[in-house]
Amino acid sequence: MIPQWFKNYFFSLRAFYQTSSLLLPWLIAAFSVCFIYGLAGGLFLAPADYQQGDAFRIIYVHVPAALTAMAVYSIMAMSGLMVLVFRMKIAAICMTCSAQIGVWFTFLALVTGSIWGKPMWGTWWIWDARLTSVLVLFFLYLGFIILHSVLPNNSGRDRACAILAVVGVINLPVIHYSVIWWNTLHQGPTISKFARPSIAPAMLHPLLAMIAAFLLFYGIILLTRMRNEILLREIKSQWIKEEFSHELA
Amino acid sequence: MLNAFFTIIKHEMLITLRSAHAWLIPLLFFGMVVCLFPLTLGPDTDVLKKIAPGIVWVAAVLATLLSIENIFRADAEAGYLDLLLLSPQPLAFLMLAKIISHWLVYGLPLVMLSPLLGMVLQLTPAASLTLFYSLLIGTPVLSMMGAIGAALTVNIRQQSLLLPILILPLYIPVLIFGTNAVMAADNNLPVSGDLALMAALSLASMAFAPLFTSLALRTGANQ
Repeated sequence: MIPQWFKNYFFSLRAFYQTSSLLLPWLIAAFSVCFIYGLAGGLFLAPADYQQGDAFRIIYVHVPAALTAMAVYSIMAMSGLMVLVFRMKIAAICMTCSAQIGVWFTFLALVTGSIWGKPMWGTWWIWDARLTSVLVLFFLYLGFIILHSVLPNNSGRDRACAILAVVGVINLPVIHYSVIWWNTLHQGPTISKFARPSIAPAMLHPLLAMIAAFLLFYGIILLTRMRNEILLREIKSQWIKEEFSHELA
Repeated sequence: MLNAFFTIIKHEMLITLRSAHAWLIPLLFFGMVVCLFPLTLGPDTDVLKKIAPGIVWVAAVLATLLSIENIFRADAEAGYLDLLLLSPQPLAFLMLAKIISHWLVYGLPLVMLSPLLGMVLQLTPAASLTLFYSLLIGTPVLSMMGAIGAALTVNIRQQSLLLPILILPLYIPVLIFGTNAVMAADNNLPVSGDLALMAALSLASMAFAPLFTSLALRTGANQ
């Protein structure tokens, strides 16, 4: 069913370990470029918003963090599916490492949103549809991490966590839309505050750069964590001895 | 296959009916939690009317979480769960029977009690009836989703609050639609939309939850 070359490559922790060490410098370089341009463009080059003044600049942290949080959850759930269907070790490692990173992006999105909300809406928190869905995402991440930490460390743990991730991602759209309907039925359109005129290019380009930078940052941290996890799991295997033989000699 | 399905339901019902008043505990819990709210928030009719759907639904969620935690535990300890896992019948189908019997024993009594609680909390008769319908359609979702969590945590004994943490976020849609329907009925608005959405959630959870439950149980058993 799965071609052998694919199996040799993607199911092998050793191949992943070696490729990722080649990939990491490139990711770091791309991240640095995007991050420096995004930061300079967002904080200095982009004009201040005519309504929100300089306070709008928190968008360059808030939106990338929220987007990355959601992207990480979907990557986590896809890895979970791979764990359940193909029993891929590497997918299990990717899933658990992603959860630990994603929860911090979600936390960052909540905190920056709150800091932005105080001067703009006059309150730290409103029960707006988007805020509530991000909060639920935060709870889903925490549930996953707690389940992972409580279960005994064996192959069953990865599969149990994968089930939770997959069930969570099936429910996420339902939760999102139910929260939107709940909000529009009860509270009136406070959300229209989001619907400002389409964003000017001078503001948009740094934002896109920051989104790319956040995703690349996730990639860097993910690869680093996965490499650590691989070393921990495979510490007794022969290839690690070969890999580090020149350092041990 | 159908034979096994009905045997399990019959078996579960018999066990519950013969164990003294076990089914009464979540029901009493449900009633008592609901009664705490008028006592703490004051007997103001308008306030109670406004928060009644939320109170009843949250109490139903808590009662379900209390009872579903043990859906597999006694079976696992007695070795009955291993027999189910080894049986030639499809496990998901057997799990559907287990969850349905759980709902019949613990969910249905809550549903039956709910119109009375609605009246106590000053809901109009129409709204109380809608509360009854919304719980009737919605509580199976609570049992189905809860079973996934119970299957995931069946081997973890010391953490009794783990299951609610895993499952509560997944209950949000059904809570929203359920309370919405009752509030709409209280304002003389049509409720069929919310109830239809809940029925969709209910059917979807019946289709998927037994599969995930059996997958989780097999994972736990293979360790």
